[in-house]
Amino acid sequence: MKVLIVGVSSAIAQLLAEELRGGGHEVEGIDRRGWPNAPIPVHTLDIRKRAAEEVFRQLRPDAVVHMGTVTSLVMPGEERYRINLGGTRAVFDHCRAYGVRHCVFVGRHTYYGAASDSPLFHTEDEPPMALASFPELADLVAADLYAGSEIWRSPELCTTVLRLCYSLGPSGHGTLGTFLRGARIPTLLGWDPLFQFMHERDAAGAIAAALEKRARGVFNVTGPEPLPLSTIIHETGRRMLPLPEFVFAMALGRSRLPEGALAHIKYAVVADGSAFARATGWKAKRDHTEAIRDYRLAFPAPTSERGRA
Amino acid sequence: MATGLGDNVEARIARLEIPWNRYGVDPYGISRAHVRWMMGLFGLMYRHYFSVKVFGIERVPARGRAMLVGNHSGGIAIDAAMVLAACFFELEPPRLAHSMIEKFLSRMPFASVWAGRTGQFTGLPEHAVRLLEEDRLILVFPEGARGTAKLFPERHSLVDFGTGFVRMALKTRSPIIPFGFLGGGEAMPTVANAYAIGKLLGVPYIPITPYGLPLPLPANMQIRFGEPLVFEGDGNEEDHVILGYVDQVKRVIADLIAAGRQPQPALLNAAGSSGARVSP
Repeated sequence: MKVLIVGVSSAIAQLLAEELRGGGHEVEGIDRRGWPNAPIPVHTLDIRKRAAEEVFRQLRPDAVVHMGTVTSLVMPGEERYRINLGGTRAVFDHCRAYGVRHCVFVGRHTYYGAASDSPLFHTEDEPPMALASFPELADLVAADLYAGSEIWRSPELCTTVLRLCYSLGPSGHGTLGTFLRGARIPTLLGWDPLFQFMHERDAAGAIAAALEKRARGVFNVTGPEPLPLSTIIHETGRRMLPLPEFVFAMALGRSRLPEGALAHIKYAVVADGSAFARATGWKAKRDHTEAIRDYRLAFPAPTSERGRA
Repeated sequence: MATGLGDNVEARIARLEIPWNRYGVDPYGISRAHVRWMMGLFGLMYRHYFSVKVFGIERVPARGRAMLVGNHSGGIAIDAAMVLAACFFELEPPRLAHSMIEKFLSRMPFASVWAGRTGQFTGLPEHAVRLLEEDRLILVFPEGARGTAKLFPERHSLVDFGTGFVRMALKTRSPIIPFGFLGGGEAMPTVANAYAIGKLLGVPYIPITPYGLPLPLPANMQIRFGEPLVFEGDGNEEDHVILGYVDQVKRVIADLIAAGRQPQPALLNAAGSSGARVSP
């Protein structure tokens, strides 16, 4: 099978490329950031540009994995809207035009938002109820819904929308890995939400399983059961820095982080991944311990690790 | 042979049929350490501070899904705490009941974390259905916050019941175990509710007692469990059918409260000490 990965420079996309190659598939990638010394052909270009269409025209991929979306934590402002929405539209336009049989859109479980009155386990049929508190998520939610609408708009194209929970692993990439990078992790005093994460290799494995099984529909992808943030911080060798909410909010105001991010370290966003497991038979191969251990080995906490030495 | 409450709590937690992981957390985020603290405190209240007598605990199934449905008694949720304690200390194996709590609690720091870590979840249909489908025991007070707002003279009355609990029981084919709770009104003799102060603090109201503080007195309490009620249907019945079922549950609870108000010296003498289990 010829697979084209859009947004191939991300850590999980690289692991996916590796896994697919190992499975005997022909893999190419597109990413405007490039991938130095990539083991696969990588086209360093923007998916929204005409040159990207030429890649589809020449390669004629059987399947496309769209991982080229960005969060507000990485890119603030209008450009993020254009990447997430314009890029997603371009991917599906090219899929339809060049006979792609299967397109996998890789989204995030934060689609559901974090709110005090949210149910503990979100199922795929729930609307994104908590957008009001975090409007910077709107473009990702819109991209997710746009991809989902392809299921009925293009019945000839098998569309899979995956909502992946956080990942953790030796790359240290992703929202959770970045958040845990320091020695002391700021948290909100009086709050300790559940966090759902899986090993980054499992995240890549889940996408590969979606490709292999051609699972059509919208699916949450989750790993082991969620853990309290305090436990994750402790197990990764970090220390909590609990701050009163107003202090935290003031600190946020001085950073690039949007105010809505506060809700995500206050309330849990936990998804129910059972539908994906039923559709594909996929199950995470690694538990919390392995994900935490691999992260901790790659990113030892500066202060606490020195203290132990 | 004498063992402290702490040992007893630890031994009972070990017999809870909850799938803790290596971090002592279950898939819902319930923490073994938090449950130990909670049951240690509730155990002291149940065994030593209040005088709680429990009738018909054997009607609560030892395993499998069930919905405990009862009246609110007292200005704060002492009733829920004592029902949780009864299920934990009197049942064999012990069970951790999951209360369906008011939404305001999930907006409060500390309280929200403690509620979640001890298995007390916001009263959303999604939570109730999921827990029941996983054969857990849930605790529902269909009177809601209006029930805890009852004043001392109204302590044995019932306010309007919500109807969602019956639909959830039908949908999940769960038995309803009705119970009547008495004594919460005596423990917290509410003479008025301060709604304005409550609003400022993010809670529905603050109960005002004759002694000022909303703190419970060491009163006698009774928890009287009735026979399980199983209704026919799938939860999609018309409102008038559901209302009929709700009325049946309400009548049974009213009867259990009335039975508790009758003097029963033989039973009460037989019960002996606090936190006692008494046959119906």
